Amino acid sequence: MSKTLVWVEHDNASVKDATLAVVTAAAQIGEVTALVAGSGCDAAAAAAAQIAGVSKVLKADDAAYAHALAENVAPLVAGLMADYDVFVAPATTTGKNIAPRVAALLDVMQVSDILSVEGPKTFTRPIYAGNAIATVESTDAKLVVTVRGTAFAKADATGGSAAVEAVGAAGDAGTSSFLGSEIAKSERPELTSAKIIVSGGRALKDAETFQSVIIPLADKLGAGVGASRAAVDAGYVPNDYQVGQTGKIVAPEVYIAVGISGAIQHLAGMKDSKTIIAINKDEDAPIFQVADIGLVGDLFTLVPELTGKL
Amino acid sequence: MKALVCVKRVIDYNVKPRVKADGTGVDLANVKMSMNPFDEIAVEEAIRLKEKGVVTEIVAVSVGPAKAQETLRTALAMGADRAILVVSETEVEPLAVAKIIKAIADEEQPGLIITGKQAIDDDANQVGQMVAALLGRPQGTFANEVAVEGDSIVVKREIDGGLETVKLALPAIVTTDLRLNEPRYASLPNIMKAKSKPLASKTPEDYGVDIAPRLKTLKVTEPPVRSAGIKVPDVDALVAKLKEMGVA
Ligand SMILES: Cc1cc2nc3c(=O)[nH]c(=O)nc-3n(C[C@H](O)[C@H](O)[C@H](O)COP(=O)(O)OP(=O)(O)OC[C@H]3O[C@@H](n4cnc5c(N)ncnc54)[C@H](O)[C@@H]3O)c2cc1C
Ligand SMILES: Cc1cc2nc3c(=O)[nH]c(=O)nc-3n(C[C@H](O)[C@H](O)[C@H](O)COP(=O)(O)OP(=O)(O)OC[C@H]3O[C@@H](n4cnc5c(N)ncnc54)[C@H](O)[C@@H]3O)c2cc1C
Repeated sequence: MSKTLVWVEHDNASVKDATLAVVTAAAQIGEVTALVAGSGCDAAAAAAAQIAGVSKVLKADDAAYAHALAENVAPLVAGLMADYDVFVAPATTTGKNIAPRVAALLDVMQVSDILSVEGPKTFTRPIYAGNAIATVESTDAKLVVTVRGTAFAKADATGGSAAVEAVGAAGDAGTSSFLGSEIAKSERPELTSAKIIVSGGRALKDAETFQSVIIPLADKLGAGVGASRAAVDAGYVPNDYQVGQTGKIVAPEVYIAVGISGAIQHLAGMKDSKTIIAINKDEDAPIFQVADIGLVGDLFTLVPELTGKL
Repeated sequence: MKALVCVKRVIDYNVKPRVKADGTGVDLANVKMSMNPFDEIAVEEAIRLKEKGVVTEIVAVSVGPAKAQETLRTALAMGADRAILVVSETEVEPLAVAKIIKAIADEEQPGLIITGKQAIDDDANQVGQMVAALLGRPQGTFANEVAVEGDSIVVKREIDGGLETVKLALPAIVTTDLRLNEPRYASLPNIMKAKSKPLASKTPEDYGVDIAPRLKTLKVTEPPVRSAGIKVPDVDALVAKLKEMGVA
């Protein structure tokens, strides 16, 4: 059986949700060892050890890994891969930053953003903004794979009892340093794990209007808030709200698109949602071609009315 | 400092791709092709750094079919100084593209390499990071803002939770995200001028790179289609539907 090494996404204290779908995917490929690379990451390693399906946890605790700088963690992973067959990472911005660097160090052609495991080295993956699904088989001896989180069920966060083994650090490459971050703290569900998402588009006019129209509806529904690229580019909301081919891929139970036309790049990020609801004043907007429920009309009257009636 | 920018010829982002009936790929015959949008942003950023006096020369590189010349001419018309086309009529995977870029970087010794964060055809999101690994240099992926400060570059990156800022020692690799800049259009005089800018034509063999694919595409299929649902007449009907679904 293949031995897989899973990249655990964490904040040193707890394990991020994205990891759980990766464990499920990795378990379909082979035995799962989870790698927790961080600084002061005992709690995260302990949490990873409890994930159902994880048989071992490797903990690399070093100041050089505090911010998951690719220059420092890629050599660590590449070194550890001497004992593993497949490196599996989430297709998050962290995974996408690190995995190709690992792949190149191992002289492996990465398989990005897999949707399913079809065989030991065979996977499906979306190409062309999800307008085509390719089935690819790797001929490399070792594999590097990133996983689309919405395509795999989440492994249980508890129930496992893997042993934690400390591994030596590869050190600091000395070519990069972390200066800071701007992470908005929010009580809202994260987009990639929200059950309901309300997204606003260019039609929302400006940041204040977005706040006053979209947010009350999202609050009523306990929903995450997303946006089209047009809304992000225009500065209505921060970049991490963008849903789409080049933003976040989401698949909630219910996705409500408000004043979004439905460009293929946007659809690529949300068309696997269970139920899509669209509110748009143009009855021919492409979004209605994928919407289960459509409501045609002016969002500035319809959305406040909807919020009021819920 | 010299800047190397990587540009790829891809299906135009306005075109809806169609899977070939025989399941071997996406039909690109008679389809409008353009520069990958993220690469337009890469070229633009290099030009802005040149306008600031930070970059002295911009070399645009593409690996692709002979027709990728058009894409390079677009980069030259925007403001790149010269171009290198590495011709391959067969598809080249990101790892092999990265090896070719690495070999070119060894010759050209750029201080900065700018690539797009992903090509909108294969959506692999790999080449920049792979080039960085092969050169043993730092990477600033998904850049939202860059500033060269002495022998370093400060890169603000678009990450899942928001933004992150890293400082990288030059030479470095930067991959562009959407908000880095708004690319300019080439003016007609510049399009004319671009025709006489130097464009070298090379092959993967010139750089000793084996481009044999590592991945076999077994088949390419259409994704499951979603069919249009119903339209509800008013908010009350929508509320009723939401209640049926247990959402409200
Ligand atoms: C390389 C690249 C990557 C991209 N990546 C993404 C991505 O990841 N995500 C993404 O979303 N886009 C992406 N795009 C952009 C995409 O092509 C579209 O431009 C964008 O999605 C449009 O956003 P929108 O629907 O909000 O705006 P528009 O297309 O302008 O649509 C606005 C809609 O609002 C409706 N409307 C206006 N006023 C009202 C009103 N009062 N009441 C009700 N409805 C109203 C209009 O009928 C229209 O349908 C990308 C583009 C490129 C080139
Ligand atoms: C019809 C078709 C069939 C295909 N068949 C296969 C197949 O069988 N197996 C397979 O593995 N792949 C196949 N591909 C995918 C192809 O190999 C990749 O598109 C390509 O190698 C690079 O992947 P990417 O563009 O997604 O890279 P990314 O890593 O997403 O690109 C990021 C950036 O790297 C730079 N870059 C990427 N490519 C180039 C380039 N050629 N020249 C210069 N700069 C570049 C650009 O700046 C780009 O923005 C096929 C593609 C098509 C269109």
